[in-house]
Amino acid sequence: MSSASDEACDGADLASRRSILEFRHRMLQAVRAFFDGRGYIEVDCPIRVPVPALELHIDAISAGDQWLRTSPEFHLKRLLAAGYSKIYHLGPCFRENECGNRHSPEFTMLEWYRSEAGYIDILADTKALIGSLADELLGSAHLDWQGRRIDLLPVWELVTVSDAFLEHAGWDPVKAWDADRFDLDLVEKVEPALLRTHPVVLKDYPAQAAALACLKPDNPLLAERWELYIGGLELANAYSELTDADEQRKRFEDCARERAALGKSAYPIDESFMSALQNGLPACGGVALGIDRLLMLFLDENEISRVRPFH
Amino acid sequence: MYSASDLRKGLKIEIEGQPWIITDFTFSKPGKGQSIYNCKMKNMLTGQTQNRSYRSNDKLEKPNLSDRPMVYSYIDGDEYIFMDENYVQASLKSDLLGEDRHFLTEDLEVDILFFNEGPVGITLPNFVFKTIIETEPGAKGDTATNVMKPAKIEGDYEIQVQLFVNEGDTVKIDTRTGEYVERVR
Repeated sequence: MSSASDEACDGADLASRRSILEFRHRMLQAVRAFFDGRGYIEVDCPIRVPVPALELHIDAISAGDQWLRTSPEFHLKRLLAAGYSKIYHLGPCFRENECGNRHSPEFTMLEWYRSEAGYIDILADTKALIGSLADELLGSAHLDWQGRRIDLLPVWELVTVSDAFLEHAGWDPVKAWDADRFDLDLVEKVEPALLRTHPVVLKDYPAQAAALACLKPDNPLLAERWELYIGGLELANAYSELTDADEQRKRFEDCARERAALGKSAYPIDESFMSALQNGLPACGGVALGIDRLLMLFLDENEISRVRPFH
Repeated sequence: MYSASDLRKGLKIEIEGQPWIITDFTFSKPGKGQSIYNCKMKNMLTGQTQNRSYRSNDKLEKPNLSDRPMVYSYIDGDEYIFMDENYVQASLKSDLLGEDRHFLTEDLEVDILFFNEGPVGITLPNFVFKTIIETEPGAKGDTATNVMKPAKIEGDYEIQVQLFVNEGDTVKIDTRTGEYVERVR
């Protein structure tokens, strides 16, 4: 029950965050201007979907007999398969039980894809986007985040998952995969070491953690996937997208089995997405970037709820 | 049983037969990975602290804890004795009571927390009333509200009170902060 004083308190809280919300508005405008100026089109995807994306550790929030999307990825790939070569999406996504300083069950995600591109091309786009946003919104190429100055240009350090784990956790997940140990060591040993004075890109994930990325043509133990960290904050996840329908179906089936083994609901395979893959998805790259996290970084805020209007 | 997603600050869990309370909590989730719940916790029996991480599929034991209304009776050496309406006694050592022990008065109604059948903690009423047994005399007419001076309450515990408070006065204390609230006479 909200009382009159709670409502007054909410009003005061919203009013006190005017400068943050105005900055947020300018960032959303600048993101759109960046892509619009590069020949991309913005597309809306359904928020309520009949089948959520099948991922081992991402749970969807149910909405009647459907689900709230966890990401617009499958719809965007259907557009790519239909011949749209440069597309982006900016809007809310929802994930069950994700709540913390850096997680909100409802958050704002930017995703963009382009055909005839791989994950390293997408990294160049990401660098250009963040450089342009910093220039326009901060008027500089560095930012201050939790007492640390971070230079956004010129060096973005690229480190492979193997090297990062060997250095900070003492083992190589590519040689000896252990899913539980991977997640725990990533959070407790590797990620804290990525808190540097420049952006760090963790790349070339073990094939077992490929998710929707294609494997490296010259080394099938590795997936063409990267994650961007700035100030230790994980900002974006990118792939050279998997375009092989048979391999994709196999990964979905494995994932559904693993979800069932963990006692999670095993979502059915999204057959609309599968038929788009079968008809032919061009070689393409894509990335999902958390807009709220980017705002936290630009505004030096350590709580995701501070940069969203309502929480 | 609790699952890891139930973890939050203040939750009480059982590990190897001991009750622990979560004192701090961080949720992390690496991209595409599983949720990691890092918890700082305090042992409710020994006060020992530790850090533990749980993954989303971990299950945690729920301790058998219950609050029972009792009244404070007397102190016996290092043991504080409480009694319920059927005159059943429970005793708590001073280290389990912590600072709360200074705010006990005879016949004060409290909640005693039991783990299985053993008493492990106390919840005091939010406010208690104590008599000042020692303080510098207050200047007459000095009603400044923001200037404080030290004063001892029964049990020789020192608090800060307003200048006009004298020996023999009764004061109201907020047990959650341990601070003086007002003089009641």
